[in-house]
Amino acid sequence: MGLEQKLGNMGIVTTTLEQVVNWSRTRAMWPMLFGLACCAIEMMASQGADYDASRFGMELMRASPRQADLMIVAGRVSRKMAPVLRRLYDQMPSPKWVVSMGDCASCGGVFNNYAIVQGVDEIVPVDVYVAGCPPRPEALIHGIMTLHEKIKGETFKDWA
Amino acid sequence: MTISQLEITHDELKHLVSERAQTGETLLLNMGPQHPSTHGVLRLLLELDGEIVVNCIPDIGFLHTGIEKNMEAKTYEKAEVMTDRLDYLNTMGNNLAYCLAVEKLVDLDVPERAQAIRVIFAELQRIASHLVWLGTHALDLAAMSMFFYCLNQRERILDIMEMCAGQRMMTTYFRPGGLWRDVPAEFVPAVRAFIDSFPAEVDLYEGLLDKNPIFLDRTKGIGIYTTEEGIAWGITGPSLRGSGIAYDLRKEEPYSGYEQYDFEVCTEEAGDVYARYRVRMREFRESLKIVRQALDKLPGGAVRSNNRKFVPPPRAELGESMEAVIHHFKLWTEGFPAPKNSIYMPVESPRGELGVLLEGDGGPKPYRCHWRTPSFVNLQILPKISKGCYVADLVAIIGSIDIVLGDTDR
Amino acid sequence: MKAELQPVLDALQSAFGAHISEFREQAKATLAVEHIVEAARTLRDAHGFNMLAGLSAVDYWPERQPRFHAVYEFKNIAQKLRLEVRVPLDGDEPKLPTLSEVFPNANWHERELWDMFGIHVTEHPDLRRILMPADWVGHPLRKDYPLGYEEVQFSFNFKEIDQRKPRPQD
Repeated sequence: MGLEQKLGNMGIVTTTLEQVVNWSRTRAMWPMLFGLACCAIEMMASQGADYDASRFGMELMRASPRQADLMIVAGRVSRKMAPVLRRLYDQMPSPKWVVSMGDCASCGGVFNNYAIVQGVDEIVPVDVYVAGCPPRPEALIHGIMTLHEKIKGETFKDWA
Repeated sequence: MTISQLEITHDELKHLVSERAQTGETLLLNMGPQHPSTHGVLRLLLELDGEIVVNCIPDIGFLHTGIEKNMEAKTYEKAEVMTDRLDYLNTMGNNLAYCLAVEKLVDLDVPERAQAIRVIFAELQRIASHLVWLGTHALDLAAMSMFFYCLNQRERILDIMEMCAGQRMMTTYFRPGGLWRDVPAEFVPAVRAFIDSFPAEVDLYEGLLDKNPIFLDRTKGIGIYTTEEGIAWGITGPSLRGSGIAYDLRKEEPYSGYEQYDFEVCTEEAGDVYARYRVRMREFRESLKIVRQALDKLPGGAVRSNNRKFVPPPRAELGESMEAVIHHFKLWTEGFPAPKNSIYMPVESPRGELGVLLEGDGGPKPYRCHWRTPSFVNLQILPKISKGCYVADLVAIIGSIDIVLGDTDR
Repeated sequence: MKAELQPVLDALQSAFGAHISEFREQAKATLAVEHIVEAARTLRDAHGFNMLAGLSAVDYWPERQPRFHAVYEFKNIAQKLRLEVRVPLDGDEPKLPTLSEVFPNANWHERELWDMFGIHVTEHPDLRRILMPADWVGHPLRKDYPLGYEEVQFSFNFKEIDQRKPRPQD
């Protein structure tokens, strides 16, 4: 399955640089250890023994934004937190992606009021939205795999 | 708030830091809002002399959600979904506090069966909350495997909640006047299976931590406060019981039938991080005891009050009774009115006294709903007990107070 | 209401002219604002109310006199008593003396009163906003402060709202 079949017995595989780079980016995606509210607990659960996100190579949480390339916005973003979140995003090295986890981060959820930013996409560009209040751990894992699919389709033009 | 205000300005905080900070002799350091060991978005401004904390200034509000204001715009029943999201490790407990407050305000009865099931869930939630606390607290102190063991057991409890309420965390299962619906037939065997298997797990945790020299070194003799200090600072819950006073609202002011159950209020004398850890570990077993008793004498009957002025009729009645249709329509479009007065309802959450100040104005919406949250009050003592300790000890102290930032900032 | 609470209420009534009421077996004492510090000290020292369990406020806008009620919850742990004390406050810029000398945990509660209701707590050691950002305008829990509702995007008004929605730069 996979590489061996393509390889045959020639010892050579041909592919495009785009595919190789995109493939390697999806296989070493380090999320930032950054929890805001309720969804952060489900994010922890997705790394726990029962759901085990490390099966997909997405468990290596880095506490420093300088070492991370995926920001999972797990929870509601208040007006006070918004500039902090933007600064964390700016500190992450490119290429970087954002998953908006849960209803509050995606659109404000039940909190349509003065204190909550109505969707984190007003502050940072979001790649994948995960619905749910809070989403199940499976939903988060599915969200990150959807992001992987998206990355596989990226081209040189997008990187520049 | 602009980014520049996150920078440390001496002028604004002159009265909070020592004079040595002005000359640059001590270092001002931001810890948080994004920091793995602040358990959320707590920001601490630390004044450090080398590794020693001279002053610690907590800055909260990074998760301020406007829940109190938002509840004023919803009817009593609809406002309940907000309560889950306050203290997101104690969702059933928040529902319980809110429902008890509404029931007290409008003088509504709750059937015995509903009360017993509420107690079972409140105690299961207490275990689940303590499990997350234990996992993250031990993880902060570099015991990584505890995190996996604890979250694994927490999933067992979440499965039981999902079975009854359809949601893992934000259940909104308790409603004013009882429960949303009766528990399914698998509920009792599932809970029995959990309470039979869980004591062995607690033994495992204790075996891993109680004699672990690293854990003991980092928790014993750190973050001490006496009973008097704890009471003066308004500390409640396990954080106060770790200082040697048996103050537990389940015994002091019983609600929801807690007076029928036989359990011990766990206390420790030392008042340090280790004592608070021991209190919570012992509470695992006490909670199991309560759940077992409640299961043994679980009464039958209805799970929701029959008072149609406050509780919507069952779906089946709508096809047969005109009166039921009217009640259903009135309750879901307008809601029920509450008297123009206020009550204060305290319950014992896993973190301490969770109080609801609920005020009605004669209409169907709460006029004011204030949440006296234990994390907010308990966190206040942090500057006092962290003076003179190491930064690494500060991590242990924050963990031992067991704050949830959703609870602190509301 | 518990019988042990009666002497406390009588003492508050005679010393500070408190107005006593009761609802669902919970006693409330309403005091004038100038007596609150002394009353709290008396409650703590003479009557064993050793914990300030909670402190909050209610806004009765558009009423002016009083516009606010500051609500104190005192707890006597030894005798298992609770007492609610209410302090009416007049006008749009009310003032309240600090209780942090008597109960140290009043500090954050009073900062919250300032932040959320704009009740100015006099002689407070550190009166800054606590929950909202430092440069926030207004006091959110006042009744004349809007909820801040934002229109929800559905398919029929998607484009219209999409145009004015803020967009981040990369």
